[in-house]
Amino acid sequence: MTGTFLGMPTFPEAARAATADAQLRHNLRKATHTIRDKRAEAVGELDDWTRLRAAGKAVKDRTLRHLDHYLEQLEASVTAAGGQVHWAADAAEANRIVTDLVRATGERELVKVKSMATQEIGLNEALEAAGITAYETDLAELIVQLGDDLPSHILVPAIHRNRAEIREIFLREMAAWGTAAPDGLTDDPRALADAARVHLREKFLSTKVAVSGANFAVAETGTLVVLESEGNGRMCLTLPETLISVVGIEKTIPTWDDLDIFLQTLPRSSTGERMNPYTSTWTGVTPGDGPQEFHLVLLDNGRSDVLADEVGRQALRCIRCSACLNICPVYERTGGHAYGSVYPGPIGAILTPQLKGTGGELEASLPYASSLCGACYEVCPVAIDIPEVLVHLREEVASAGGAGHRVEKAAMAAAEWVLDDDRRLGLAQRAVASARSLVPRRLPGPVGAWTDTRDLPDIPEESFRQWWRTREKGKRKRS
Amino acid sequence: MRIALFITCLNDTLFPDTGRAVVRLLERLGHEVVFPESQTCCGQMHYNTGYRRDAQKLAVRFVKTFDDADVILAPSGSCAAMVRDNYPRLGAAGSRLQRATTALAPRVHDLSELLVDVLGVTDVGAYFPHTVTYHPTCHGLRLLGLGDRPYALLREVRGLELVELPEARECCGFGGTFAVKNPDVSAAMGADKARNVAATGAEVLCAVDNSCLMHIGGTLDRQRAGVKVVHLAEILASTEQEPAQL
Amino acid sequence: MSGSREQILARVRAALADVPSGEHPPDVEVPRDYARSHGRGGADTLVDRLEDYRAIVHRVAADALPDAVAAALQRRGSRSIVVPADLPEAWTATWTDEIGGGADMAAAGAPVLRDDGDGVGLGLGLGALDAVDGVVTGCAVAIAETGTIVLDGGEGQGRRVLTLVPDYHLCVVRADQIVDDVPDAVARLDPRRPLTWISGPSATSDIELDRVEGVHGPRTLEVLIVG
Repeated sequence: MTGTFLGMPTFPEAARAATADAQLRHNLRKATHTIRDKRAEAVGELDDWTRLRAAGKAVKDRTLRHLDHYLEQLEASVTAAGGQVHWAADAAEANRIVTDLVRATGERELVKVKSMATQEIGLNEALEAAGITAYETDLAELIVQLGDDLPSHILVPAIHRNRAEIREIFLREMAAWGTAAPDGLTDDPRALADAARVHLREKFLSTKVAVSGANFAVAETGTLVVLESEGNGRMCLTLPETLISVVGIEKTIPTWDDLDIFLQTLPRSSTGERMNPYTSTWTGVTPGDGPQEFHLVLLDNGRSDVLADEVGRQALRCIRCSACLNICPVYERTGGHAYGSVYPGPIGAILTPQLKGTGGELEASLPYASSLCGACYEVCPVAIDIPEVLVHLREEVASAGGAGHRVEKAAMAAAEWVLDDDRRLGLAQRAVASARSLVPRRLPGPVGAWTDTRDLPDIPEESFRQWWRTREKGKRKRS
Repeated sequence: MRIALFITCLNDTLFPDTGRAVVRLLERLGHEVVFPESQTCCGQMHYNTGYRRDAQKLAVRFVKTFDDADVILAPSGSCAAMVRDNYPRLGAAGSRLQRATTALAPRVHDLSELLVDVLGVTDVGAYFPHTVTYHPTCHGLRLLGLGDRPYALLREVRGLELVELPEARECCGFGGTFAVKNPDVSAAMGADKARNVAATGAEVLCAVDNSCLMHIGGTLDRQRAGVKVVHLAEILASTEQEPAQL
Repeated sequence: MSGSREQILARVRAALADVPSGEHPPDVEVPRDYARSHGRGGADTLVDRLEDYRAIVHRVAADALPDAVAAALQRRGSRSIVVPADLPEAWTATWTDEIGGGADMAAAGAPVLRDDGDGVGLGLGLGALDAVDGVVTGCAVAIAETGTIVLDGGEGQGRRVLTLVPDYHLCVVRADQIVDDVPDAVARLDPRRPLTWISGPSATSDIELDRVEGVHGPRTLEVLIVG
């Protein structure tokens, strides 16, 4: 039922529609500003934040530079603790592994904890094709799934919806999927949360298979870690008989002790809380407590390509906190759908083109979906220099010379030719000055995008360079 | 002190008043300004749009032009940041370009850094009898870390009433070629910035970067908002004897 | 498990061609000069943080614990609770006396359900857990700075499911279980045990990114800090 991102328009086209949507703009502004303020307060409480950030960055770099070593260690630890490890090179293989594992249980239904990795591989759709129904249990994912919508945020996939819209979706769709919404449902967030509780309760208590992702996988101990808020994660990780976790290979961290960094930086960056309500950790299986069958599916799906790019590699440090989305002025005005990918916002603008390559028109447009203001880098708890990677990817796109870039390349080269010689620049300036009365208020061609909404500055009679030369001549004459 | 002026291509071509103000201000403070004529452009637009090789050529030109200068002033936050932050990444590790740009970077300053840190002044004897609000541009804020410097300079200007800009840290939406490649988002950001500027009731919006001011000013002008955008240099150059004209 | 294992590891190794062959993981330095504690530890901070997340908190003397448990359950109007098999009977004795059954009462409808399976998971069924009014447990560690209680399935805590399905969780924290900050907690805990870190009642920020309490986990968390 959930749609896919296939065939999405390029970012500027999607952004044109999004910026004109008053409801969307209002919802996004309210939500992002709320969470920005909370994050700033929570981060401000820790006077060693910059040191935590540096340590988190270093732990991730250590892992990535020796990822083969840590993956083998993780596999050994999980296996020793009673879990089974599977390796999936791409989305199709991961979906096949999960489908087979579910089939082997004889079940036709499963519950899911919100997971970016399973969104990325389109697991729900693959399961549906195999006759297996996956129920999303995170409130925002539920809203998206019931609304036959697409996620628009890493942490809060339904950020583009306000309470009134959510109420309508619940009233309209819940009955078809299970327990209906109560008749008198209001748009009070508490009432909406209660409706979700009742709707999913029976599913939690009866479903025998669960699928999750993980925030961290500890190589040393084989421990998996999931941070959440609602308790739906605990339900999925605790009640079923079989648990299948699909985890990107970059989620590995070396040691248990490394968690003391991320358990401080992730909640504060993410929801602006000192700590999220629930964190679950498990190591293999525990007799008498929780699922007695545990499968870890390690997912590559393009990550090793990202790893191969020495500049772009840092994107794999991402711990999916979404602080960069919440602070981004572009995301705030377009929402996540415009990015045409499960990974929207600044991190999506560098991750998606790296995971999928910059060959497609959409992917090629994403590195330009930023004013390079640098706010994302400033708030990133693992110091991913997103502007640096954006510029790096722009180079890749520009040198490929795809649609529009041939003309741009020629224009850039021409500009560089003029600028590489101060006499040529001086001549060009004089040409511009002499034509100053001829410049129309609205320009044609691509530059017209400027004059659509902005006046041009008046063109001066003489450049600074000319003024300086005249002044120096005058000085020499006087002396 | 002898100060080499890197005027920047945008100021040179479209905003010569800013350059003239810089010269007037620094000479008034008793310093010598030199203008190496072989200078052109820092290459920021090329670099940020993905044309590294073009940017490299312009960086080489910059290094040749300014190599023997002890103090270099770039009255544009983003161009100063380009030289300081990005030049050292332009050349391969250990290359001549990388060594030269790394050595040069610490000698490049924005106007507020030059005045406060290098020349040690905040009161430059300016007079500007207007209500002013200040937009701390992204590069000034995050790459250069200008912090309180521009405010400290503005607070000492006689007759000037400084009013706080709401949501000041928000990007104005210029972003170089971003303004043309993503015109709708850029315009939306510009509209919000213009609304915040207008809400202050200020007559003048001040910044250290004419590129951002061109974008915000162009938006304000199109709206006939009645707010003028002015580079910090022009406010600091203004005196009782020779007041800047709005 | 599959051919992809070797393929993925080979791709990862190829991708890391720039990493010198002599480099070992510890060669990538991790600066660990961040604080072990933010200097705000202790029971007072814990109370402040718990209340900030709208947990109900009381501080009680050791000998007053059974009375405090009884008072909490009375306020709540609980008729039945579940407890881990090894929860000290004394903790709930006052309450069971008050509502008219002995602690040793074993008949159906007993106010205290004890999760005393045979140690291989044959404890109470989900239906039974869903029907009780609440759960009473101890904990392993409590973190003052973040208002977090950690359960590790050890003494007085039971299986994870016990503190998940009932709508009300009454948790007893001993003063000596309180650590200042997250690093101390991580160091004290054994990752081989299944851990549940609890910071306030269940909550969500999914509607307009504003936090509201109460979704799937216990909607009320009450904490008794002893000593």
